[in-house]
Amino acid sequence: MNASFVLEVIVQGVLNGLVYGLMALGLSVIFGVVRVVNFAHGEFTVAAMYAAFLLFTWFGVDPFVAMVPIALAFFAIGYGLQVTLVHRFVGRAEHEQFILLVGLAIIIVNGTLLIFGADARPIRLSYGFDSFLVGPIIVDKVRLYAASAALAVAAALFLFFRFTRTGTAIRACADNLVGAAVVGLDVRRLYALTFGLGLACVGAAGALMETIADAKPELGPVYTLIAFIIVIVGGLGSMAGALIGGVLIGVSEALAGLFLAPSMKSMVSFALLILVLVLRPQGIMGRRV
Amino acid sequence: MTLLAVDQVTKRFRGLTAVDEVSFSVGAGDIFAIIGPNGAGKTTLFNMIAGVFAPDQGSIAFAGERIDGETPDAICRRGIGRTFQIVRPFPALSVEDNVVVGALLHRPKVDAAHAHAHDVLRRLDLYGKRDQLASALTLPDRKRLEVARALATDPKLLLLDEVMAGLRPAETDRMVAILRELNRDSGLTILLIEHVMRAVMALAARVLVLHHGTAIAKGAPEAVVRDQAVVESYLGAEAI
Amino acid sequence: MIGALNARGRVLLAALVAILLAAPLVADRYLVSVLILIFYFTFVGQAWNLMMGFAGQLSLGHALYVGLGGYVSALLWLKFGIGPWLGVFAAVAVACAFGAAIGWLGFRFGIGGVYFALLTIAFAEFTRIAFDHIDYAGAAGGLFLRVDDDGRWWNLRGGPLLFYYLALALAAGAVVLTAWLSRTRLGYQWLAIREDEAAARALGINAFRAKMTAVLISSAMTAVGGVFTAFYNNNLFPNRVFDINRSIELILAPVVGGLGTVFGPVVGAFILTPLGEALTALTDRLGINAPGVKAVFYGLALMTIIVLKPSGVWPWLARVLRLTERRPTEPRP
Repeated sequence: MNASFVLEVIVQGVLNGLVYGLMALGLSVIFGVVRVVNFAHGEFTVAAMYAAFLLFTWFGVDPFVAMVPIALAFFAIGYGLQVTLVHRFVGRAEHEQFILLVGLAIIIVNGTLLIFGADARPIRLSYGFDSFLVGPIIVDKVRLYAASAALAVAAALFLFFRFTRTGTAIRACADNLVGAAVVGLDVRRLYALTFGLGLACVGAAGALMETIADAKPELGPVYTLIAFIIVIVGGLGSMAGALIGGVLIGVSEALAGLFLAPSMKSMVSFALLILVLVLRPQGIMGRRV
Repeated sequence: MTLLAVDQVTKRFRGLTAVDEVSFSVGAGDIFAIIGPNGAGKTTLFNMIAGVFAPDQGSIAFAGERIDGETPDAICRRGIGRTFQIVRPFPALSVEDNVVVGALLHRPKVDAAHAHAHDVLRRLDLYGKRDQLASALTLPDRKRLEVARALATDPKLLLLDEVMAGLRPAETDRMVAILRELNRDSGLTILLIEHVMRAVMALAARVLVLHHGTAIAKGAPEAVVRDQAVVESYLGAEAI
Repeated sequence: MIGALNARGRVLLAALVAILLAAPLVADRYLVSVLILIFYFTFVGQAWNLMMGFAGQLSLGHALYVGLGGYVSALLWLKFGIGPWLGVFAAVAVACAFGAAIGWLGFRFGIGGVYFALLTIAFAEFTRIAFDHIDYAGAAGGLFLRVDDDGRWWNLRGGPLLFYYLALALAAGAVVLTAWLSRTRLGYQWLAIREDEAAARALGINAFRAKMTAVLISSAMTAVGGVFTAFYNNNLFPNRVFDINRSIELILAPVVGGLGTVFGPVVGAFILTPLGEALTALTDRLGINAPGVKAVFYGLALMTIIVLKPSGVWPWLARVLRLTERRPTEPRP
């Protein structure tokens, strides 16, 4: 094993990590603003992966294109979910909200199992095996595109929150809910919008994920856990934190897979989670509560 | 005999000095009030006595022993009970069970705790509502429940944080009467934060005035409310 | 808190116990196995209920203790010939050690709510992957107990009747334990902590100790369930026994039945398990290959209950059938 190989693995980890980061961004937005603990986050991601799979298999749509309609569809789903179900749980005991979403997660995981079966559903892109040569290392084209797309979506979201009126209103809700309501912001609508945006990220991330991994029902809980680890490690409420956390997890998983054993890669992530929770619960970029 | 001795206690929160070298002492059996405009540091002071956080400087002694820096539950076990400014009942439990939780501190047998809870509830005019859920109570009753619960822990010193806020004059008078009774009958020492001057004048033998974290006056209530600095702190210099 | 059973309720309970004691004499093998499942879920559900329903600490990684209990007792039997009645003590000790570690990390560092839940998930997943690689315990290939070994009941080698009455005893014991605990000082402390930990501490309650006790009791009980499951099913695979789906499975009965109540897990298990089995039987009969249909049903049940009747089926049932002592004001589910 030589240095350039290790470097390749690291780069792979970074690129994967950016896609993870986009997924986690959705969770950070939902958790950070609406304060909903979305235990179905990974399951929604897998659903998006299947959606990309279907669009490709039936209509030949490239997932980088399918990303857009899928994100839009998931926005609608998120908006609808918040308005119909989740808003009822806003004042209730914390555990009730968790259980609602755990129930939803179970339905999604097993629903996809019923519909698609347990086998992995990969996508075979025509340029799937192409790569770039950057210096001494080989970089997968698909992975690079996916990571770039993830960054683009994240950037768009950042611009939205920073520079639009609605985006600022949403940030106000996250900062000070009572204050926001007092100045006349329609909190319910903003919450729904935020949930929609969060799931839109998931939709986009899922479509991108399908290009670098294969859709399988059992990935649902795995991705949920990864999303939470990233958000906690990166820092709740920080968009940059979600991406940085994503990269960190992506790289540590890649290296763990290389130096330990492929099946042990998540162990490092868990160890990281435990460490962060104990030593620096606000994460890398989070503000101290 | 001095029950509580607060000596040069200071607390800073990242650049803001919430409490600045405050000293006072409360004798056993006294009723002592702390007043001052909002943001003066009164609840922060309480929180330090009750163990929610430790002072940055200074010391707090209870019955001759240092207690600053101890945990809230340890402080309660020593004999200091407290209420919260925004009441915190156990919503899913009945009124009786709320008080039983307090009573269990010194009466490990559940039956004995229930008996003591009944006594406390009667004192606080809550016996008739003992089977109601705490979440179903009106605000005045919640305030009484808050006091009853703390009282059930058999405290030597009771810290009351704005217990009269939101009560109508008749309810305030009733609460004052109850507290006076407790003080007289069992020698319970009471330290209260209050805005309702009606209650302060009726209860307190001595008053401490806080403003921007410092003690600006100390003494008998009649003297303190006429103090120039005190009036200025409430009304502003232009109003004088 | 709902009141204790009234005379009507107690008669009904006695009748139920009598029926369950006599059931194996008339029921077929399949029904007996379903009942065993119900008792098992009542038992582990009650263990989880103590920690969540009473002490308010959410664990979504309880399968960790099932797995540890199972593996420790199975390994002691397979490698050293130590029977489960002794092995259970080691199983409980190991589970408690893990529980203590999780509790210490969580409570000492103030990790609560969802973060604590994630901590429990992380521990369970970590252990699952670890066991996948521990060759001494069979790794991913699993551990197998020979069914015909010994034949002696004290080594839990026997027919369904043995396991039936054992499971019934465990479930009944769990209910009795919960009923007793809920009336002790510790039980009240747990409720206070669940409702408002800061207020509880202001009343002199040592929250750390009370919560830790809840975790230890809960993990110990769950480990016993693990021992049972190992010797009843005669096999253990890390991917099955430590799986997060198992963790979620065991919270279903207490949530649906009623968190923080004595009979919640019982009612929940009696509702969900037969329905789930019926669903599986139905799809088998119709020749449909539908893996996951039972789980979808469970997910729907969970969501329905939490939206419509969050305090569970048992409080509602108790009110409607008037099985508990009347209190002037009851919680509205």
